[in-house]
Amino acid sequence: MAKPNSWPSHIETFVDLSRPPNEQIASRDAIASLLKNDLLTFQALVKEMSLYLTTTDHIIRGRGILLLGEVLTSLATKPLDNTTVHTLVLFFTDKLADWQALLHGGLIGCLALLRRKSNVGKVTGSDARSLVRSYMDNIQVQSLGKHDRKLCFEILDCLLNHHQDVAATLGDDFISGICEAIDGEKDPQCLMLTFHLVADIARIFPDPFGPLAGEVENPKIWPKNRTTRLVQSRYECTMSLLPSFLYCFIGLMCDISLNLVQPNDDFDVKRDDLSKVLMLVFASTPLFEPFVIPMLLDKLSSSLPLAKVDSLKYLGNCSLKYGADVMAKHAKSIWSSLKEAIFASEQESLLSRISESPDAMTLPDNEIAKEALLCLQKFILQEDGLFLGLILEDQDIELILISAASFKNFKTISVENRQKLYALGHMLSASAKVSVACSNKMFQHFFPRLMGTLGLSKKCSTLGCDDSSITSENLNFGALYLCIELLAACRGLALSSEELHSISVEESWCCLVKKISGSLSEVFQYILVTSTTQEVCEADIHCGVKGLQILATYPRRVSPISESIFENVLTIFVSILAAGCGETLLWKLTLKALMDIGAFLENFHVSEKALSYMTIVVEKVVSFISRDNSAMPLPLQLEAVSGIGTAGLNFMLRATQGLEAAISANFFEASVNGNFKSGETLIHLLECFSNKVLPWFAKSGGFEDVAMRFSANIWDQIESNNSFNISDQGKELLDKMMESMKQAVAGCSNGNQGLIVEKAYNILLSSTQFPRKDSLLFSDSMKLEELQVDQSLNTLSCKDKWIIYLFASVIIALRREIHVPNVRIILNLFMNLLLSGHAPVAQALGSMINKLPSTKSNVDTSCACNLEEAMDVVLKMGLSSTSPLRRHRVVDGDHEAVDKPQSVGVCEFVQSKAMVGLAWIGKGLVMRGSEKMKDVVMIFLRCLLSSSKLKTLPSQQDTLQECKEQEIHPLVMRSAADAFNVLLSDSDVCLNKRFHATMKPLYKQRFFSSMMPILLTSIKESDSSMTRSMLYRAFGNVVSNTPLPAVVTEAKTLVRETAIQCLVAMSGLPHTRIFPMRTKVLQAISKSLDDPKRTVRHEAVRCLQAWASISSRSVNF
Amino acid sequence: MTGLINANPTVYERKERRPRTVPSFTNEDEYSPEAIDQLEVFDILFYFLIIQFNVNKYPEHPYSLEELKVITEDAVEVNDKNSHVRVTFTPTVEHCSMATIIGLCIRVKLLRSLPSRFKVDITVAPGTHATEAAVNKQLNDKERVAAALENPNLVEMVDQCLAPSYD
Repeated sequence: MAKPNSWPSHIETFVDLSRPPNEQIASRDAIASLLKNDLLTFQALVKEMSLYLTTTDHIIRGRGILLLGEVLTSLATKPLDNTTVHTLVLFFTDKLADWQALLHGGLIGCLALLRRKSNVGKVTGSDARSLVRSYMDNIQVQSLGKHDRKLCFEILDCLLNHHQDVAATLGDDFISGICEAIDGEKDPQCLMLTFHLVADIARIFPDPFGPLAGEVENPKIWPKNRTTRLVQSRYECTMSLLPSFLYCFIGLMCDISLNLVQPNDDFDVKRDDLSKVLMLVFASTPLFEPFVIPMLLDKLSSSLPLAKVDSLKYLGNCSLKYGADVMAKHAKSIWSSLKEAIFASEQESLLSRISESPDAMTLPDNEIAKEALLCLQKFILQEDGLFLGLILEDQDIELILISAASFKNFKTISVENRQKLYALGHMLSASAKVSVACSNKMFQHFFPRLMGTLGLSKKCSTLGCDDSSITSENLNFGALYLCIELLAACRGLALSSEELHSISVEESWCCLVKKISGSLSEVFQYILVTSTTQEVCEADIHCGVKGLQILATYPRRVSPISESIFENVLTIFVSILAAGCGETLLWKLTLKALMDIGAFLENFHVSEKALSYMTIVVEKVVSFISRDNSAMPLPLQLEAVSGIGTAGLNFMLRATQGLEAAISANFFEASVNGNFKSGETLIHLLECFSNKVLPWFAKSGGFEDVAMRFSANIWDQIESNNSFNISDQGKELLDKMMESMKQAVAGCSNGNQGLIVEKAYNILLSSTQFPRKDSLLFSDSMKLEELQVDQSLNTLSCKDKWIIYLFASVIIALRREIHVPNVRIILNLFMNLLLSGHAPVAQALGSMINKLPSTKSNVDTSCACNLEEAMDVVLKMGLSSTSPLRRHRVVDGDHEAVDKPQSVGVCEFVQSKAMVGLAWIGKGLVMRGSEKMKDVVMIFLRCLLSSSKLKTLPSQQDTLQECKEQEIHPLVMRSAADAFNVLLSDSDVCLNKRFHATMKPLYKQRFFSSMMPILLTSIKESDSSMTRSMLYRAFGNVVSNTPLPAVVTEAKTLVRETAIQCLVAMSGLPHTRIFPMRTKVLQAISKSLDDPKRTVRHEAVRCLQAWASISSRSVNF
Repeated sequence: MTGLINANPTVYERKERRPRTVPSFTNEDEYSPEAIDQLEVFDILFYFLIIQFNVNKYPEHPYSLEELKVITEDAVEVNDKNSHVRVTFTPTVEHCSMATIIGLCIRVKLLRSLPSRFKVDITVAPGTHATEAAVNKQLNDKERVAAALENPNLVEMVDQCLAPSYD
């Protein structure tokens, strides 16, 4: 806080330019706070400053004025008495003429004064007037710098907003003064201000005979500066009498469209903002109309797409603001401009649109045409009579209609004519969409005519339709296309007002459509029917399908077609589906149309029609799969079923019912009678069920019921069919069945999962073919020592295999909370099976281990089991089997057994299978981050290192002893090395998020960092090449499955060095292969030059040189 | 260039290289950084220095630059923390025309071998060259070095001198 008596020194500090800016600011603030706290009066300040304010040194005087102005700015809320304000106004008004002392301070002062509100002492009217006078007389705005120009515009803006009464009386000179000020402005920020200024002026001087009008009509300032000349030459503006600023704005608009005004990023003025504000300026007063509208129309013919889009936007907006009366005189020229824009800009997109996508009736993707159509709609909305009249009487449209009528076939229409036709279609559709009245007029005018072209007009009049009379004579693509556009537009209109019930059935378009719909639908049907027998071009097919679809999806109250015709349409569609023998366009479009109709019925609750849809479409389609329909390939049938189902819940339920029945029947056929073909069918059915039906239910609700029914059904069948025998395709079928089962179970709630697993377990137990079932049952009481591998389990009957595999799939998909009955028995059973190489069993075991509680639960302790106990079982059995001493006969469960090489002994085979099985268990442990994983991993390592010495595994000493005595076969070692891949890679079949696996965060990273040192030392110490190559294999598996960032942070010196050496070696590869990588490698290596380790740096230098020299001998790499 | 500038140079005995301890891969060593030091930079230059300075083109001295004591280990100052290297070399005679080319070779070699953060100063030992100031200025002027390296003949010469040092 400054002392009251030291304040004159602050003035000195501020005025002295040699002082640093922050000191100046501080001293200014000090003075302001003195004034604010009444420790200093303005009079005293001015008195003290008088020398600075009147000195002949322009710079010091300028600083003095600036100080006063800035102090005033910071006192905006401090009440000042009228005399002070008056004096200050007089002073600053005077200073506006003082151009030598830099205007900046004066402008700041004026602005601060004008901004003062009345409660703190406002500038009086007469003072404001004299200030403006001085401003007008003395300031040449455009000769000032950017910041001063901004201040000037702010002063004007302030005047127009805070002193409206003064501004209103100022008259012609004021307006022309402003016009002069804003003439030629180019800075985006200032432009925003000028736009607001003009909009304000238009607001304050609305009088058509007032000063603004005078300026507009009889400009005092003639266009003379660079911009206006530029506009004239660049855009060939022909208007000569134009107020200069408007001229300027027009130029600006062009520049904005051209992106020539580049808004600076420092200010938040974007091109769109500028464009939007300018649009408001143009629309601010109807006075601008004589200039703006012709100019906008003129610009429409410009070749710049952005300019066109902009002017269309402006045009639409101006027409709304100017009002219908003003715009009426331009209607003709606007209409022809719009017409031109619409017809000209359709060129690229349309043909591909109609031939490729079925949604041919949506708006084109073309900005200009879109904007033009919007603009057209705005005009029609404003004055429908006039504009519609223009459309209806247009000669060009007439010509297109005539030419369309003369060409029957789509192929005979030239590309140019097609484009015109489509453009016309869009235009008609856009106009008809505007309102009910519009669509009435459009229909009355065009519809009878189109019907005439189609040869349907007679039938129109004689109500009763003659069915047989539709021939190819009735087909005229152009007329049909336009019809469809009109119908689609009305349908859209009807749908949008469906809630309001605002459309009466008595509307003329409604009557017209109703009258003709019968025969029209026959024409469409005729196209579709002929297309099945003879060649019909794609456009016609689109027409036929789309036409029927639109007719069928009108809202109920205004529906033009009767129930019977609706049913007829559905029947035709379904028969097309049924006849479909390939993926033709017609078939696809038909299915899509049926799906759309179904979705419409579902969304708008059209109950009667939904009923007929159900009986005609859904039932029929479902019957495709339930009966042996050989005419149609099964995948197509399934596509149809699932497609129709997705239209709505009821339809899907019915479709699912059919699907389930088919699955059930085929499963029976395949399993009991060994029917090969049923098996094939079942594979497709299950695929459809798990890929389409289940995901749909999961998304739309109702999943539980379907999933439960499916799994119950399958288990029931397995249980009841005593003779269960599935022939050759068994494996693929079983895989599909397991996939479906897993998916079904995984999505169920906890309760249902419990029910399923209970049922499956009971069936598993009751399966009579299990040998030693009793001993399994009593294994609760067995000691660990008694556990042993049951060899007789190695031969499984087909039924047992199915039961066990499906049971395994259920286990895989369970949630963590689900209690598995008799865990020990299952563990024992699974371990036995695992050793004979049943992969799904291993996966199930892995999932179980992954989800077991780590502590024993209190309830039901007799058969519950915690992780510790389970792992004891697993390790005991696993170790005993991997010991090379054990030899026993094995017949494998999978077919792979057949392919095994003769030289490989049975024992090795068992061991390698056991490795794979253990890998899945290990994966379960690794994912939950259990310490137990070490035991499993050690088994693998022991296997890998069996031929060399192993030092670091004290816990496994005894078993190790056994190992050393025998060589382990390479096959087993390889399995052990590949087990690391299983451990870390993501699996689709089990132990993932979908199947509720327990996943510790960053488990891969943890495993990686704990495994890497062991593997690396092992590699270094291994002396046999076989062992080393296997260790590298394991190493590779671990590295490639760990997220890259983890690998990179763990990369030790040796790794980095080796990696760089590899890169050096690669530089010797063929030039064409490595050159594309050169820059990347060089960038990466140049970082290694700064590696913390010397050896790495040394290698990096070599590598850099090797890669740099593969192209030019440039030192600047 | 005819005739030898310095027909009878003093040849010094090669100094025994100070052996560096072989890094072992124990865990504590793994993460302790090894700063770029005097010996390392000298090593970078050493391989270049022991090569005879292109016997064919400049047959004046069939000796390596080290043997001629053009650069010694002590003439290399390294400050890894401040990313600064200073190399002082000693031309064999006061008016050695090879001074700039030797300096350029040293600069290029260091440019390619040191991290980009380093600032490298290369100077002629005070009082050992007739146009000492001019040579120093030339060697430490970025623009002039860059310009020299755009001269294909010079680059070729430098590359020839340095090429064996990368093997």
